[in-house]
Amino acid sequence: MLTFTIRRLLLAIPTLLFISLVIFLLVDFAPGSPMSQIPLTVPPEVRMKIIEAMGANEPIFVRYLLWLKQFFWVEPLVMIDGIFGTAYAEGMQRIVSWQSRSPVMDIIWERLPQTMTVVGSAYVIGVLIALPIGIYSAYRQYSWFDQFGTLFAMIGFSVPTFFTGVVLILVFSVNLGWFPSIYDTTLKVTDWESFLKQIKQMAMPVAVLALYNAAQISRYMRSSLLDNLGQDYVRTARAKGMPERTVVLKHVLRNSLIPVVTVIALGIPTIFGGAIITEQVFKVNGLGALLINAIHGSDLPMVQTLTFIFAVLIVMFNLIADVLYGMLDPRIRYD
Amino acid sequence: MADGAAPVLDVQGLQTVFRTRGGEVHAVNSVSFHLNSGELLGVVGESGSGKSVTMMSLIGLLPSPPADVRAGTVMLGNRDLLKISADDLRDVRGAKVGFVFQNPMTSLNPVFMVGNQIMEPLIRHMGLTRKQAAVRAAELLSMVGIPDAKARLNAYPHQFSGGMRQRVMIAIALACDPDVLIADEPTTALDVTIQAQILELIKDLRQKLGMAIVWITHDLGVIAGIADRVMVMYGGQVVEQAPVRELFANPQHPYTRALLKTIPSLTGEREERLQVIEGQPPILAGPPTSCPFQARCAHAFDRCRTENPQRRAIDDSPVGRGHDVACHWTPETAHA
Repeated sequence: MLTFTIRRLLLAIPTLLFISLVIFLLVDFAPGSPMSQIPLTVPPEVRMKIIEAMGANEPIFVRYLLWLKQFFWVEPLVMIDGIFGTAYAEGMQRIVSWQSRSPVMDIIWERLPQTMTVVGSAYVIGVLIALPIGIYSAYRQYSWFDQFGTLFAMIGFSVPTFFTGVVLILVFSVNLGWFPSIYDTTLKVTDWESFLKQIKQMAMPVAVLALYNAAQISRYMRSSLLDNLGQDYVRTARAKGMPERTVVLKHVLRNSLIPVVTVIALGIPTIFGGAIITEQVFKVNGLGALLINAIHGSDLPMVQTLTFIFAVLIVMFNLIADVLYGMLDPRIRYD
Repeated sequence: MADGAAPVLDVQGLQTVFRTRGGEVHAVNSVSFHLNSGELLGVVGESGSGKSVTMMSLIGLLPSPPADVRAGTVMLGNRDLLKISADDLRDVRGAKVGFVFQNPMTSLNPVFMVGNQIMEPLIRHMGLTRKQAAVRAAELLSMVGIPDAKARLNAYPHQFSGGMRQRVMIAIALACDPDVLIADEPTTALDVTIQAQILELIKDLRQKLGMAIVWITHDLGVIAGIADRVMVMYGGQVVEQAPVRELFANPQHPYTRALLKTIPSLTGEREERLQVIEGQPPILAGPPTSCPFQARCAHAFDRCRTENPQRRAIDDSPVGRGHDVACHWTPETAHA
């Protein structure tokens, strides 16, 4: 398993380099100019100066290599400096946002907590809801519970989040006034009261996203359990006189969790990607909102860096899913 | 064992129905048989004759719905297994009645270690601790002929061959020293040399442990080698029942005779083609009103089409004890 992991990690390096090149080129070729948000009254020679100052006039391969160096060398050094108080990165040029002129990574670190609390907890809650629903739906296939679960999953999966989000705002914020419709990023949790406030403002975006996640994962869980319930080893377990609890929650569940865990692991990178639409609806100041704004403003370094980080996470969690698969299923050995 | 002693297992008038969308399917129709202690009862019949369903009905292994065990009594010792609660029945399964299934490749749980799977019934039924159960599981494994048993407890099923997995299944079935072992075509999925090994193993274990065995098969050659008594099933009914020698020497039911003819012979003339029984076994949508075999029977006459024959003894013992057959046809009716 260890050699497998190391081999896969080494293989990930050329993969990621290639991905970074593709991302860089694609984003660069996209229409739009970093000057589009500068007022038209600014004279052309000043514009030229601004572009030169940002380094946007350099040839593309120079910019790509510079970005590579900044991403893989300068930014890690900055991180080390931040942790240990050293000064390795002093005087080095970091990746800088064209829009805000501040380092891209600093902005990302600022936005990450909001995304993690809202989208992350929505994912966890979604999984926690989905697994029992999937298990019970499969065990009592075609029962009322199963029919209801199917309906729930269909609604959750087919109704877009911008619709459910707006409906929730209309019902719970506008009409009932229970929850705020706008997420307050400046809120600091210091005591019980602010904690309640935080829970209240998280409730609706988390509900919207959790519904969507739960819809998907409960279906995976259900079909995987159904696949296994009819297997011969289940009959063997019953023939041994094991109680139904043991049969279903030990023998069947352990087998049917194998593909589901993989799906759950593969879904984790989407948390970091933020829920672009839901963050917009509830004005959560997270990574999704950051990416959208950067795209609007042709902030190429920001878009490139964010997209590449998502790519790294996806490659990483693919690897993690494979390793998990090998750990859960004794039939799979990578060495 | 001596005739007249109380049987370990006594089944009377068992009836099992599957409720499907297309209506009811009567899979088992008033089947009666008994199993003496230490005896090996062979159950023969082609696919779909109700052999496995009968045995699974006994201990509630059929999924319900669609299966519905409607009538009958299944006396194990002095308890009727059809009357006791699901929990009590679970205490019987694996403890008093062991089950070995047809396909060893899929009958073990792939994600648990073999030892774990043998220990489960030991812990549940015999109240052993994990440590005690592990010791007993290793004993069982070596009893069924798996070398280096202690180390193999930590192996996973996929690390075993088909024959070894069937040995593990047998170890699981025998773990709690059951009174009855039901072996549902245990050698069908194995190749011939392994079949022979498993047969030898069962013969051996039977001598050592003395449990009664129900052996389901469609291989008459296997039956001839190990059974004391044979029950032939067709269309969810018992059509003939006799001690093994008597059945092979003096088959009464046309179906039994046809079955015996289908065994290819290695010696003798070869000009004849391999005998087959034309047609398919019936799927009964209701209780039988005619002999289930009449459509394929060379001897069928009017009575066979209007009346389902009851089992009648053809020797002096009562039905079920000696040789009996469910057929209207007798040498006398043939001449009449």
